[in-house]
Amino acid sequence: MHPILITIIQRLLLGLLTLFFVSIIIFSSIEFLPGDFTQAILGQAATEETVAAFRRELGLDQPAYIRYFDWIGAVLQGDFGSSFSGRNSSGVDRSRAVIDLVAPRLGNTLFLAGMAAIVSIPLSLILGITAALYRNSIYDRSVNALTLTTISFPEFFLAYLLILFFSSLWPVFPSLANVNIDTSLGERIYKCVLPALTLTLVIVAHMMRMTRAALINLLASPYIEMSQLKGISKAKVILRHALPNAWAPIATVIAFNLAYLVVGVVVVEVVFVYPGIGQLMVDSVTTRDIPVVQACVLIFATTYILLNLTADIIGIVTNPRLLHPK
Amino acid sequence: MKNHPIGYSAVAEVNRMRERRSQWQIVKLELSKAPYSAWFGIIVILAYFFVALFAPLLAPHGEAEIFTSSFAPWGGEHVFGTDQIGRDIFSRLIYGARNTIGIALATTLVSFAIGGSLGLVAAISGGWTDQILSRLVDVLMAIPGLIFALMLLTIFGSSILSLILIIAVLDSTRVFRLTRSVAISVVVMDYVEAAKLRGEKLAWIMRREILPNIMPPLIAEFGLRFSFVFLTIAALSFLGLGIQPPTADWGSMVRDNASMIQFAKYDLTAALTPMLPAGAIALLTVAVNFVVDWFLDKTSGIKDEH
Repeated sequence: MHPILITIIQRLLLGLLTLFFVSIIIFSSIEFLPGDFTQAILGQAATEETVAAFRRELGLDQPAYIRYFDWIGAVLQGDFGSSFSGRNSSGVDRSRAVIDLVAPRLGNTLFLAGMAAIVSIPLSLILGITAALYRNSIYDRSVNALTLTTISFPEFFLAYLLILFFSSLWPVFPSLANVNIDTSLGERIYKCVLPALTLTLVIVAHMMRMTRAALINLLASPYIEMSQLKGISKAKVILRHALPNAWAPIATVIAFNLAYLVVGVVVVEVVFVYPGIGQLMVDSVTTRDIPVVQACVLIFATTYILLNLTADIIGIVTNPRLLHPK
Repeated sequence: MKNHPIGYSAVAEVNRMRERRSQWQIVKLELSKAPYSAWFGIIVILAYFFVALFAPLLAPHGEAEIFTSSFAPWGGEHVFGTDQIGRDIFSRLIYGARNTIGIALATTLVSFAIGGSLGLVAAISGGWTDQILSRLVDVLMAIPGLIFALMLLTIFGSSILSLILIIAVLDSTRVFRLTRSVAISVVVMDYVEAAKLRGEKLAWIMRREILPNIMPPLIAEFGLRFSFVFLTIAALSFLGLGIQPPTADWGSMVRDNASMIQFAKYDLTAALTPMLPAGAIALLTVAVNFVVDWFLDKTSGIKDEH
């Protein structure tokens, strides 16, 4: 077998193993709850029978490893159990299935993250390449200083700055991104402009700096000096000679920043009251609704692991030294 | 050429005893060569710590003192007005410096104590200890930090102690990785081998042989981790899951006063109220980043370009 295939399979297995351990951590979170948490959820007036029935439903009368396999088996089929909220002491169960809560919001979050990604990837590539092209010029310096500043800002600061300027002082975009199923695509995009712009500002800074660094690293190599000595134009040196070799680090940077979007989205969704999975997670943490929190963490962690895995594999596949072993 | 006067002697210069500078003199010399950005950073950081230390003396009103007028405008008795239940914003900003910075600093210290010592242990012991610790850290790092912190806060509740411990443990994974990777190149040195042969204990080797040699990257990392922890705590408080009221804290102040932004057209100062704590957070992180940038440049010559 090609050695590169073996490396990739190794990485995939390692990723699966990581996911397995992460799922164990997420599952065991319920173990650490205080013993009387069923009482707390059902209310003080709950009878012993109601509590016992609830504990049976959660499977608390069974050993942990059996519950783990029951849980993970159900999760793999898209069943995350049912939410803790909506239950009361009389034993009437009005709770909703976690999947019904999560699924529509996951779509919203992916839409927002996708919108930010579509704008920020080309933008950061252009900024990174031009900054490397005109290195140490005023343009380069100001882009650099600007991105270093946006990196240091908390997301909510950027978000409120945008709201202040584009929603309050000069009302062109709404500050609330309250979309629902009936919202048309155009309106959805319009309402998502400010949240997407916030996310864009954060990740463009990272991606642009790393793209520039990757290119400038390459510009120091002898073959680039050779091409410069040949007398071809600066732009051609970068685009024809440097860029093809920079794709691997750049692709890694992009995947890495998309993974970063996963975390950034939580705060931004809360600022703009956007009905996404981040907002759902924060609400569930406040009400200590463990099944929903578990589902959200699992989704976030899986996306994060998969994106990092992709970055890893792109790095391997595009490395000429690994592709053509001696 | 202005130097090289007639009395110049190359022999004298070569033979001149090398000047021994005290630590303080070295610091002063380095500071005089520091760029403006680093100076700016140092001054801002010092100012923040001054405010944090002397908060009770500087603040005109109490941290949780409630006045009759809520959402009072700027000026008059309340420099930056009052918040939704009538607490003086200016005083809360000052106390917020103490709480937010204090908790972030405590968290970073705990995180370095855990991550640093385990990283050193892993680097010195190697073998199974290293394997187990490193794989554990890999798994912990596979879950995005903020998300993991949110999950743990659901379980343990958001008291200040659990906040510090949760974030410190999660953040120590990064400290562990860095410490281990820089320490591993020192562990193979002959003098460490000699110390081992002398029969020195693990703790002694960690403290006396390895730690002094890996200090510069660790100090730079301390700055970076501090600003990261600081931002995480601010984000959690902003989400309402971090530092709980009535303790003044910048993250929750942003959240509490956020609705005032929509009045920008009528009263710009009101809209700026929530921007003050947010700006305070941003300014400190920028300042720390500037200083760390300069320090990294100084100690290792590592930069993202070249």
